Amino acid sequence: MKADASLDCIGLYCPMPIYNTSKKIKELKPGQVLEVLADDEGIKEDMPAWCKTTGNELLGIEEEKGQYKAYVRKGKKEE
Amino acid sequence: MAEKVTLIVFSGEMDKALAAFNLAIGASAMGMEVSMFFTFWGLNVIKKNQRPIKSRGIMRKMLNSMNRGGSKRLPLSRFHMLGLGKWMMGKLMGDAKFPTIDEQIAIAKEAGVKFIACTTSMGIMGITRDDFITGVDSFAGVATYLADAREGKVNLFI
Repeated sequence: MKADASLDCIGLYCPMPIYNTSKKIKELKPGQVLEVLADDEGIKEDMPAWCKTTGNELLGIEEEKGQYKAYVRKGKKEE
Repeated sequence: MAEKVTLIVFSGEMDKALAAFNLAIGASAMGMEVSMFFTFWGLNVIKKNQRPIKSRGIMRKMLNSMNRGGSKRLPLSRFHMLGLGKWMMGKLMGDAKFPTIDEQIAIAKEAGVKFIACTTSMGIMGITRDDFITGVDSFAGVATYLADAREGKVNLFI
């Protein structure tokens, strides 16, 4: 999947991946896609929950060898 | 308007403080408005690590020398083992790149989390405004907390 920006959260535990995502997404324009790399498996549940609450769209989460890539499209609603 | 989260931090132990800051930082990331009401032993979390004991009266002086507080002095609620358990937990968290209490306080402030110190506990225990780190937004009591909490979506006592 193609992303406009990437955020490395490898080695970080909750709540840092979500917190860093919330900061990084502010740099993007609505419609742009952020790729978040993480290895805490909580991300599989937390990223959908974060997107649902903040009005961003989760395009998908890819898993490979214990690492995750979550793709988030920035929503129109400014949180 | 942003949804509100209010946390009462009653406990003065490192693990419980971490749980509170975790929630506060997570809620900020969710776009929620967070306030942390520090009371009783919880005031230890936001005390300066280095400060003179100036409280009036022999009993308050005794209390405050035994109960110094400060982010670096918080014990673990279990397996503290005279500091050995805490040292090991700190090592594990450091290896996992998990932020320390001081770092979590800084992140929470950066995220706009509001810190409130309970004036009743301060008065009884002989703690002054000078005993706290910068970043305490207000000094207040139960009415302030409840006014926040009745608008809160998530209200927790830790």
